[in-house]
Parts: sequence; structure tokens; C-alpha cells
Amino acid sequence: MLGLLTSIMRVFEIPMAFLQRILGIKHLAWVFLAPNLILFFLFAFLPVFLNVVYALTGGDQILLRDRAFVGADNFAVLASCDNYLDPNTCQKDLFWRAVHNTGWFIVLQVGFMIGFSLLTALVLNRDIRARGFFRSVFFFPVLLSPVVVALIWKWILQRHGLMNAGLDAIGLEPVLWMLEREWTFFWSVFLSIWAHMGFYTLILLAGLQAIPRDVYEAALMDAATPFRTFYRITLPLLMPTMLVVMVLALIKGVQTFDEVYAFSGGGPGSATTLLIQYVYETGFAGAPRLFGLASAASIMLALVLVVLTGLQLWATRKNADG
Amino acid sequence: MGKINTFLTRTRGRNGPDIMDWLTYGYLFLGVALMFGPVLWLLASSFKTEAELNSFPPRLLPYKQEMITVTGYDDPLPLYTVTEGEHAGRTVAQVKRIGLSAKVVDPENPTETFKIKTSEREAVERVALATENYTELFEKFDFLRYFWNSTFITLTATIIMLIFNSMAAFALSKYEFRGRTLVLALVIGVLMVPQTVVLVPLFMIAKELYLIDTLWGVILPGAATPTGVFLLRQYMLTIPDEILDAARMDKASEWKIYWRIILPLSAPAIAVLAILAIMWRWNDFLWPLIALSRNENYTLQLALNSFQGELDTEWSNLLAMTILTLTPIALVFAFLQKYIATGIASTGGK
Repeated sequence: MLGLLTSIMRVFEIPMAFLQRILGIKHLAWVFLAPNLILFFLFAFLPVFLNVVYALTGGDQILLRDRAFVGADNFAVLASCDNYLDPNTCQKDLFWRAVHNTGWFIVLQVGFMIGFSLLTALVLNRDIRARGFFRSVFFFPVLLSPVVVALIWKWILQRHGLMNAGLDAIGLEPVLWMLEREWTFFWSVFLSIWAHMGFYTLILLAGLQAIPRDVYEAALMDAATPFRTFYRITLPLLMPTMLVVMVLALIKGVQTFDEVYAFSGGGPGSATTLLIQYVYETGFAGAPRLFGLASAASIMLALVLVVLTGLQLWATRKNADG
Repeated sequence: MGKINTFLTRTRGRNGPDIMDWLTYGYLFLGVALMFGPVLWLLASSFKTEAELNSFPPRLLPYKQEMITVTGYDDPLPLYTVTEGEHAGRTVAQVKRIGLSAKVVDPENPTETFKIKTSEREAVERVALATENYTELFEKFDFLRYFWNSTFITLTATIIMLIFNSMAAFALSKYEFRGRTLVLALVIGVLMVPQTVVLVPLFMIAKELYLIDTLWGVILPGAATPTGVFLLRQYMLTIPDEILDAARMDKASEWKIYWRIILPLSAPAIAVLAILAIMWRWNDFLWPLIALSRNENYTLQLALNSFQGELDTEWSNLLAMTILTLTPIALVFAFLQKYIATGIASTGGK
């Protein structure tokens, strides 16, 4: 790979020297920026504007010249609801069900994941043997692909799977995990936590290790109880890191799709259909392909994300300063 | 065992383990079981025959029924031990099954056939790896094509990303020019727009560029990342500008300075980014799912996902394919885990 890179670099030597001569060093910066900026423009900025255009037009055509302007109709259709707490009263009941599911999903997933990550980080921060090994044990599911994660747990939870064998062994009735709404939702949250908690554990562990030792020594001198030490020293000093971790988890949480889709396909019924899956199915999987509706839904999601990312940048800066 | 015990419970400056130590190691070993267990179970299961996978309750080791070739019969016959009835204790080969009874033959005496009830026999088994689960992937499925697609996308996208991002980072860290702050703000802006919220226009743009249903359609949209630009820029800022000035005195061109000086000096950051990129691309799912529609263009992840939806797919092949899909990443992890941990901690994931 290194050899390939070198030869690619060498090829550009002459044209770049030529550009440097006619542009001067001052403007050469833009040449270095160009490839990246072109990709950013094509695949990030342009889509943001076009997303709005799609949301304001209707029909099932993908090309813009074939689409009719419908104003805010798509948003109105999505928002038309008698009671926002009951998706069945909404015109697009699946959208609101997805909103509800995503809401519950992030509350449970982010809440429990941060809890377990913090606990794990605290345990790993103790004076233990083989810390590197244990740290990588908790971390390694982060590297697995979402589809692999889904299949690992699907295999354990299938009718004749390990989980039911365990229940059978202690004398309980087997459960059809993938056919019951609540259980499928529970396991979706579970496998998502399983797959991602190592990442947050790692960040929290780094945060814990940044707390100066002498603060704890002072607490030990004052004969503070471990509980009090945790509440008065660890938690306040870890708060900036916690904030970063929480916002990051929320940003990723609302965008969850891959592992849950591969695990349950959004089912049974629509019990585990999340927002991104709604966008995917409205725009790409179903017929007719309602691109306008899909765009309108993703704009709503994007607004949430912009707020969260703003929060993230603020929290990161605060963390770096404090 | 005793040695392990003293090793684990050794503590600095205290005598013997206290209750907190027990809880700590209890939690850690529970964690090992919960994190590694499911993957090991998948690995063990992937070597079992389809019949074994369907039996309940599942057994830990893979078993295979013993087969025997009997003169007078073309195919090898499955072996059984008769448990009850007049033939109890004998080992027989089954010729065919007829309802609740089976026609069997004594392998030592091929001319002697008789009937037993299926409830009065037990399969003769031995521990054996069902490696056909894996070999069938290459015969029955187009596994190599999916593997190639994934590899091509991962490597090409990673190389393009490293070059483009490092060029941008070089410009943003080593040049003073009007509009630099604006560009940095734009890069932060990109951070706010993940692919997941612009799927429809992204699809249209890719279609207009004739990228839909091609591997390049997966490679290009993700090739420039704001994360990469930031990570490399932060690192390049630490390289002293005097080095550049010295090179300019020696009449080195700016491009030479970039790739002969700055790039090699940024190697640690580039390594981190390369590992992250390989991981992201290999595991990528949503955009390939939208951009690729023909089966022959599928990546491993897509193939795996579509196989699990097909009715005639057997768990035995699916499990083997899952193992082969996670192996490359597991290998990368095993060799480079130090970089991965620092890389992920410093970039905040994606």
C-alpha cells in the first residue's frame, strides 16, 4: 500500500510544480483543498439544499425536473395527527410510530449504556491485573459490523437457540423472542448497547485517568468514605467527559438503523421501526417511492442533529478548557 | 488454579483481597463471558451440521453422524445403535426410513436386512467439524465476489480518503490564506450533516453521475471525511514550520514538501485514520444498501443481510459466512488494537 501511495504521489509532482509556478505559493492552498472540497460540495453541501427542494416537491420521480412543487404539503402530511402520543390517530402512523420508537430507544439505550459504560470504566480504573486485556474485551464488539452483531444475537435468540436452552435448563418455558413486540424491542436496545458500550467506556476511562491522583490521596487523608469520594470528587471531575459522551451517544442513537434493521427488520409489525428505517423504506424500499416525504422526515431528523452537534462542539470545547 | 488465584488477587500494599476486589473481578469475568461468549458460540456453531444446528437443546461441541459404506449400496449409510427390542445392542446401517420404522442392514453381514422402530435406535456420532459449511460458500454462493467487492471498496476508499484528507489538512495547517477560517467552518458544517439525513439527494446526485449500482458509487460519497481532515490537521499543526522553510531554501516544491516531509512526519496520525477508515468502509451498510441493487455488486455486509432474509438459506452457511465476514476485522484488531483504541478515543468515533 505504501509503494502504491508513493507512486501516486510521484505522478503529481510535475503538474503540481507547474501549478505552483503559475499560481504562486499563496494560492496553492486552494489546489490542495480542491479534491476534498469538491467531494464535500457534491456529497454534503449540495445534498443539504436539495433535501429542502425534495421536501417541497411531490411525486415518485427522482429527477428534479419531473417533480411538482407542493409547498409544505409533505411536512403537513407528516405532522397531521389528532394526538401525537397515539400514532394510530396520525395520517402517517408509521412515521409517528418510528418517532415514538426512536424516542424510547434513545432514552433506554443512551441511559443504560452510559450507566454500564461508567460502571465498567470505574472497574477498569481500579488497581487490577491485566487491565489491557479486560479493556479490549469490552471494546472489541465496537469493531464488529452491525450485520454481524445482529446475526450473533439472532442466532442466540432463535427458537432453538442458546437463550431458550438456558431457560429450558432452569425449567422455564421457551420464549419466541423475535415474535413478541416488547422482547424484540428489548433485545434491539440490548444488542445496540452490547455493540457500542466499549467505545464510551474507553472515553470515560480516559476521563477517569485524567483526574489527578493527589485529589484522591487528600480524600484518603480526610478519611472520606469511597461513596463520598465518588460523589464529591470522581463524578464532578468526570462531568465534562460525561457530557461529551452523552451528547455523542444521543447523536449516534437517533441515527440508529443498521443493527436493528438487520436484527428485526423493524418488526414484529412496526415494533422496532426507527426513524432512519422509515426514511429508507419511504424513499427506497417501498413502491411508490415517496422521496418528498422521506426528505421531509430526514429534515426533521437533521434539525435535531444540528442542535445535538452544536451541543457536542460546545461540550468538547468545555471539556478541553476545563 | 491456585497460581491464577494469587496472581489475580495480588494487590499493591494491602494484605489479601477485600470484598471490592471480589466484586471487581466478578464483574470483569462476567464481562468476558458476555462480550466474548456470543462470538465464541457463533464460531462453535458454524462448524456444526444443519441437523445438529436444528436439534434442541444445543450441544457445545459439533457432532456428526458416523457413516459407513456397505457392499451392495452405492451411497454411504448412516450408522445407528439399536437400543430396545430383539436386536438391542447391535450397530446397524440405515438403508431407508419408512414412516416410524426404518429398514436397516448389518454392516458386517450386508445380506441381512431387517426393520426396527425409529424410537428404538440412537445415532452413532463423533465429534467432527462440518467444514462443508465453509466450502459450500465458495461452491453454492458467490462468496469470493462479495469478498472482492468489499475489499475493493475498502482499500480504494481508504487510499482516496488518506490522500484527499491529508492534502486538505496540509493546506489548513501550513498555509495562511484568506478564507481559511471559512473553510474550517465548512468542515465543521459537514460534521453536522451525516449521510443518514441526506439520503434522497445523495441518491439523485449519484444517479446523475452514473454512480448508482457501481462500486464507485459507494466509494466516492464517503471518501472525504471531516473527521479525517480534523485529525490530520491537529497533528500537522504540531510539526514545526521551520522544517518547511528549510526545505523551501533547498528549492523543494510545495508538493514535495507535502509528500516527502509532512506525510512521513504525520505517519502516526495517518495510521490511526487508515485503521478507522478500513473499519468504517468494511462495516458500512446503509448507503451501500441504497446505492447497490444488483446482487453481483453486493458487499459482504449486504450479502449477509440478504441471505438471512432468504427462506432457503440454511443457518449452517449463514453462520460460516458471518465468521468469514468478521475475521478480517478481528485480525486487524488483534494486531493493531493499540492504535485503534487511541484513534477512536481521539476522534470520537465517526
